[in-house]
Amino acid sequence: MATATIAKDTSKKRVKAKKVKGGGVSSTSAVITAVIFFIPFFVLFCIFTIGPVATSLYYSLTNYDLIQTPEFVGLSNYQGLFLDDELFMTAFKNTLYFALISGPVGYLMSFVMAWILNDMKGRTAFALAFYAPSIASGTAMSVVWGYFFSPDRYGLINNVLTNLGIISSPILWTQDPKTILPCCIFIQIWMSMGTGFLVFMAGLQNQNRELIEAGSLDGIKSRFQELFYITLPQMKPQLLFGAINTISGSFGVFGVITSFAGFPTPNYAGHTMAAHLYDFAFVKFEMGYASAIAVILFAITFAAGKLCMWMLTDKD
Amino acid sequence: MAMVRKGLHIKMGKSYLQISTSRVLLYIFITALVCFTAMPLIYVVVTAFKPIDELLKFPPQFFVRKPTMQNFNDLIVAVGSTSVPFLRNIANSVFTTVVTVFLAVFVSSLGAYSMAKMDLPLKKQIFSVIVAALMFPGEVTTIPNYLIVDGLGMINTYWALIIPKVAGAFNFFLMKQFCEQIPTSLLEAARIDGATELKIFTRIVFPFLSPAWATLIVFTFTSCWNDSSGPLIYITNEAMRTLPIAISSISTGGLARQGAMTAGTLIMTAPTIIIYTLMQRRVIETMAHTGIK
Repeated sequence: MATATIAKDTSKKRVKAKKVKGGGVSSTSAVITAVIFFIPFFVLFCIFTIGPVATSLYYSLTNYDLIQTPEFVGLSNYQGLFLDDELFMTAFKNTLYFALISGPVGYLMSFVMAWILNDMKGRTAFALAFYAPSIASGTAMSVVWGYFFSPDRYGLINNVLTNLGIISSPILWTQDPKTILPCCIFIQIWMSMGTGFLVFMAGLQNQNRELIEAGSLDGIKSRFQELFYITLPQMKPQLLFGAINTISGSFGVFGVITSFAGFPTPNYAGHTMAAHLYDFAFVKFEMGYASAIAVILFAITFAAGKLCMWMLTDKD
Repeated sequence: MAMVRKGLHIKMGKSYLQISTSRVLLYIFITALVCFTAMPLIYVVVTAFKPIDELLKFPPQFFVRKPTMQNFNDLIVAVGSTSVPFLRNIANSVFTTVVTVFLAVFVSSLGAYSMAKMDLPLKKQIFSVIVAALMFPGEVTTIPNYLIVDGLGMINTYWALIIPKVAGAFNFFLMKQFCEQIPTSLLEAARIDGATELKIFTRIVFPFLSPAWATLIVFTFTSCWNDSSGPLIYITNEAMRTLPIAISSISTGGLARQGAMTAGTLIMTAPTIIIYTLMQRRVIETMAHTGIK
């Protein structure tokens, strides 16, 4: 393969040189080399990303138990989900509730943090301390959360609250249906500020400084005016990348909740769409039904992503 | 470097003398906040060295009084009590992670360079698909991925933990945006001098991309090292279990295993943090180019 590439390349270089002068017209061999460079990525990407999405779409229209061949049933899986599956509606509501709070709050907080840290001395150290928890593994962190939220007097939070005289008996954080989802939202926000924070930090560091100076000549008075009129419009591309990362993380939530309150959660208080999907795929082995859940989940994240793109892309 | 100087210059231009009380308060506030966000990690570190009586003490205490290495011995005993020695678990994790990182960096940068700087047909369309793929929650593709990995006969092989992660949309996206920064004139000059595309890639492009692959190393390393669902789904052979699985398997051991658990947590966490710390500067440099326009 390598020798073939080189052979093609040698024949190509003259054509390529001509192209520089002529401009625009691409030679066949240049295209072939480009394709050869691209193929390893493209093949794997198709097999493990595009393929699965496409097959999910297909399986969602079938009855499939992994053993017998899928039997085409039309839209009845979707019909079942929306009309007869009350648990799915619970999962649907929980997912929206979770995503609509943890997503925007985490996003805003990471931006504000990046903005404040950006012109502080020692920002590298601060950034490290702020970012590090979000690259620690979920498995490892669940141990920590287990200790913080332990539902007896040993738990750090119960201990602190008892000592302060706020509560008299320990709160059952991980078992009370009322506290499960709020606690998980709290944990998710804490853990998920990472990537967005880094992108924002980088965007802020690479702002066009001349615009800021020009702005201060034009009467920008406070840091907030500078933020809204100069910094934010410049950072739209980074804001969008951060938003898209946040979306897929917050709608697909499952791991945080499972490690916090087990599976299934007491009274299904923390049952999300991803949990429902897991239940049907790997407990009940109803792949068709599970795929329909996957497709809906994907449609939601995709719609949310498109909305962000529409809001954060320059329309001109 | 130039950027830093610019930043300083701006600060000088503005009223730099106003190091007021509000500034000091801000520093105190941020320090407190950062301590708060880093608290889980600090807890992981201190707890791993707590002797068992401190772990079970009431009221619980956050910091360690008499540090000990006992938990690490317990961990090796606890995990090693199964037929597979703990070192094997570590070796599994290290091997799969390193191979994945290597392949991901190579495949993504080759593809990204092709899309950014070569005559790849349909590049706009393919790129918009990749951007859309950034929004796929991983959960959506779990089932078909399993079927595909199974269909390729990779169940219970290391490949199952490696190949599906090589061509990620996120990695490709980062790389491609960074590749746009390569000066086209540099590439053209090399082409006119008669360098082959492969040579241009290895001699010019790859070194130029070093901040981007530092970033990919961090992200790919983190996601492989921390992955607990892949090994759970694809691997049933005990000898091939990776660290997250080995460690969560001892968590069911109750109080007696608590010490081992804390040590395991530290071992799980430390490598990702160390790698990130080494690469932070270059990661931020890469992230500056990640915007979606």
